[in-house]
Amino acid sequence: MLTTPLDARHRALGARMIPFAGWEMPVQYAGLVEEHVAVRSVAGLFDLSHMGELLVSGAGAAGALDYALVSAPSRLKEGRAHYSMICAPDGSVIDDLIVYRTGETAFMVVANASNREAVVAALVERLAGHDANLRDASMETALVAIQGPESAVMLARHTDADLATLKYYAIITGTVAGIEVQIARTGYTGEDGFELYVPWEQAGALWDALLTAEAGNGLVPAGLGARDTLRLEAGMPLYGQELDRETTPFEAGLGRVVKFDKPGDFVGRVALEAVRESPSKQLVGLRITGRGIARTGYPVYLPAAEAAVGIVTSGTSSPTLGEPIAMAYLPVAVAEIGAVLEVGIRKARAAAVVVSLPFYRRQT
Amino acid sequence: MGYPDDLKYSDEHEWVRVEGSIGTIGVTAYAAEQIGDIVFVELPGVGDTISATESFGVIESVKAVSELFAPVSGTVTEINEDLADSPEMVAADPHGDGWLIKVEMTDPSDLRSLKDSGDYELMVDDL
Repeated sequence: MLTTPLDARHRALGARMIPFAGWEMPVQYAGLVEEHVAVRSVAGLFDLSHMGELLVSGAGAAGALDYALVSAPSRLKEGRAHYSMICAPDGSVIDDLIVYRTGETAFMVVANASNREAVVAALVERLAGHDANLRDASMETALVAIQGPESAVMLARHTDADLATLKYYAIITGTVAGIEVQIARTGYTGEDGFELYVPWEQAGALWDALLTAEAGNGLVPAGLGARDTLRLEAGMPLYGQELDRETTPFEAGLGRVVKFDKPGDFVGRVALEAVRESPSKQLVGLRITGRGIARTGYPVYLPAAEAAVGIVTSGTSSPTLGEPIAMAYLPVAVAEIGAVLEVGIRKARAAAVVVSLPFYRRQT
Repeated sequence: MGYPDDLKYSDEHEWVRVEGSIGTIGVTAYAAEQIGDIVFVELPGVGDTISATESFGVIESVKAVSELFAPVSGTVTEINEDLADSPEMVAADPHGDGWLIKVEMTDPSDLRSLKDSGDYELMVDDL
């Protein structure tokens, strides 16, 4: 089992540690709901050092990534980022990614820990023949995220970087607590926030500096449990639940990420053009109006019908809304806002209604 | 946390308080703490039968579903109706107001396989 550079700190903070994608990670510290509420109302500090940081550089890097991914990284300005996916030739999703353009010929592709090896293997194959090099910097790059409405105010007290001009999905180099980091205004919580890419051996000092100085202002360490409920409320997919090798971006409602108008071929283009207008299923939001909480894998039915038509991919009791929410795949024909369905919860069925995503959107 | 002496405890972290032939069943403070943020409790109905060591319901946190295992066999005579609106009461007072169900016990020998408070406390201290 791999451990992050913050492992001892998590244990000292009383975190409950769980195995996750080959890593020992904190699932919660004081409590999931408390951490969730802190991120929605003040700020939380996350250790995301398990994520994969893959550096692609070279004169042909932009073109190589345009071929390898479904988005068009060549269109990114330096210092900007976008959400992307890497698909198989059949159009299914190998992983969802954030791609940062860190220089004219330099990109950082951030992959899920569970898919890091698959993404590396696919990129190696797809970069061949391009003037581009891949370096897997995952085990030397830690990632600390500060997320929440107060995160900008808190971080500004510790950095020389001008956060006021740092746009959403932008990245700059700066120092935080005297440590040189890359500061990205990105996240997975539905709140304003920053992700700090920091050398492995300096992650502890960075974590300590922020937590020590800002705990009195309400900053709390937050675990993977809160990260999951925060992203679910924000309607964001989680690989392995909403996305997998059985699912295309169009089915997940993420077709906007696929740039058919970019020049040249890209892996998955033919298959994705074929499913573009006729996805076999559609990801929806559900509010459970009956009794119970829908969870991953629970079946979805048309009212009183015997055979299941869909499946729940993620579900919880929403800490912000105070009611059960879920995401599910349904046949396109029944995936209409307002449609009334039933979720099979153990031996019973609970009424559910299709609602638009996200469940939660921050006030701006 | 204290474990009252008048309760008997199962290895699955449920307790039973015996008064005559009626057993009141709940989850232990240890279990409630482990589950965390309790948001939903699903219990059997009055008149249902439950069997020792078998599942009789679930208790859910924001994160996960946990099964409830019966410490004794019996017929359900009462359920704690307050938990439908206030599931958090299980964690707030696990050995008291957070009780789950009452049963008419059908096999007194079930009690022999349960622990007293001292032995249960020793067990959870090692977990």
